[in-house]
Amino acid sequence: MQLLLANLVRRYGRWLIILPPLLFLVLFFLVPFTFAFKISFADTALAVPPYTAVWNLTADHHLSVRLSLANYRYLLTDEVYAFSYLYSLRTAFFSTLICLLLGYPMAYAMARSSKSTQAILMLIIILPFWTSFLLRVYALEGIIRENGLLNSVLLWLGLIHHPLQIMRTNLAVYLGIIYSYLPFMVLPLFATLEKLDHTLLEAAADLGSSPWRAFFDVTLPLSMPGVIAGSMLVFIPAIGEFVIPSLLGGPDNLMIGRVLWDEFFTNRDWPVASAVAVAFLVFLVGPIALYQHYSTAQPES
Amino acid sequence: MNERAPTLLLSVLCFGIAVLYVPMLVLIAYSFNASEMVNVWGGFSLHWYRELLHNEQILDAALLSLEIGVFASTCAVILGSLAAVALVRFRRFRGRFLLTALVNAPLVMPEIITGITQLLLFVAMFQLLSWPHRGFTTLVIAHVAFCAAYVTVTVRSRLQSADRSLEEAAMDLGAGPVRAFLDTTLPIIAPALLSGWLLSFTLSLDDLVISSFVSGPGASTLPMVIYSKVKLGLSPDVNALASLIIATVGAGVIAAGGLMRRTERQQQLDAQLVSRLHSPD
Repeated sequence: MQLLLANLVRRYGRWLIILPPLLFLVLFFLVPFTFAFKISFADTALAVPPYTAVWNLTADHHLSVRLSLANYRYLLTDEVYAFSYLYSLRTAFFSTLICLLLGYPMAYAMARSSKSTQAILMLIIILPFWTSFLLRVYALEGIIRENGLLNSVLLWLGLIHHPLQIMRTNLAVYLGIIYSYLPFMVLPLFATLEKLDHTLLEAAADLGSSPWRAFFDVTLPLSMPGVIAGSMLVFIPAIGEFVIPSLLGGPDNLMIGRVLWDEFFTNRDWPVASAVAVAFLVFLVGPIALYQHYSTAQPES
Repeated sequence: MNERAPTLLLSVLCFGIAVLYVPMLVLIAYSFNASEMVNVWGGFSLHWYRELLHNEQILDAALLSLEIGVFASTCAVILGSLAAVALVRFRRFRGRFLLTALVNAPLVMPEIITGITQLLLFVAMFQLLSWPHRGFTTLVIAHVAFCAAYVTVTVRSRLQSADRSLEEAAMDLGAGPVRAFLDTTLPIIAPALLSGWLLSFTLSLDDLVISSFVSGPGASTLPMVIYSKVKLGLSPDVNALASLIIATVGAGVIAAGGLMRRTERQQQLDAQLVSRLHSPD
């Protein structure tokens, strides 16, 4: 009997480890998407919850299915949505580029410093990551608002004569994303640059390469895994960003995260919001996930 | 490298660090400002901190957020490390691909999508089962779902690098597989469990978007309260609250960093000692 029990545990015991996380994540992460998919075919209704049923069991036990493609048609005809997809892509792309241009020299300087300085610099870069994201966005507002530090300093220096209007513009959204996600760019870059073999650079120099030439021929190609990992870590959350455009951007800012939020909370149009979410998933998250799956360049952090 | 490049690199580094820190330092400075006007310095005062202590709404929200954070990160550590053990130790099983996808998905999924879809699930579930009520329960579930992924990533890399020979030795000496794991591997991955818990706790405490969707009436977390206050305009008591949070986190991260360096140094010393004991001379 005891042997039987031991055998059972040996054969099926692993499922005690596999099943709890698997079932939890299936139920609360995967199943929700099927609901969003279903509701994207419903119509809006003045009810709780505010949408019509997609399928109904009628009194005589017939299943009636009502699929409405109106929401998807709406997404295609109202150009706000196409525009906001493109706008989000553009904003995320340029923010990532600027993060890279600023983060690369930072990571390079860190990698070239002594080991003990590196430990302190790491701490300095990681610290903002642990502090509240929301509060950091709020802190940035204190710098760029009309009577904030930046304008005060520029006025005092005499560089400008009227305070610059940065808050509630697209520029503020760019600044917000760069400020918030810069550590995500620096850390993976630092991780690859630190491991770089310096003898290769010396070899390049011995063979007559100029420092810039050596950088573009040796350092940059070897640090590509870090460049890709850092860019992904900035680009992905930046596309769906809600807090930054909502707090720093103007009322006409059309980042997709914000459009979704308004569709859901202000217009209470859950079916259209679901359709936007499904489209978002297919056009933006899907390709990224596939890319990550098939790229071997991605290092384990 | 030419002579000028290091200076150039260093100045970019300093500029970047300044960009990261100046806004937070200015915020902390203004939290001690006696004046309510944001652009006028009215002298040093602890007024806003006192105000904070009497703000029931913020205190309630902070308490709720802490409770959710403790619950959610504890569950996330359990589920996340089970998933990590499954992925590292069991090479082939049905559902392996699904589990891999599900622990990676929250890392690339925009929060707003996760939030909307989970709300739709909770609404449908409530219609069907009259459970769960939107509030504490749904907040904890939603937080566990995205925190577990981060725990898995943290624990998995530690588990992959953990030496299995100790565990095998324990099993050779007659310990069962579970006992062997608990006695040898668990202490090795304990730091990863701790950092996974802390990471989950911070993520949970900071989450605004997902919480806004899955929360119900009467259950406002701290970020939700802060967001609505900030959205309405600048409020000096948020400065005080923010300074407290930044100071706590700063102290915690610096302490953890110091501790990590000390244990690393100790491990290096131990390794040197061991190698000296093993070498014949």
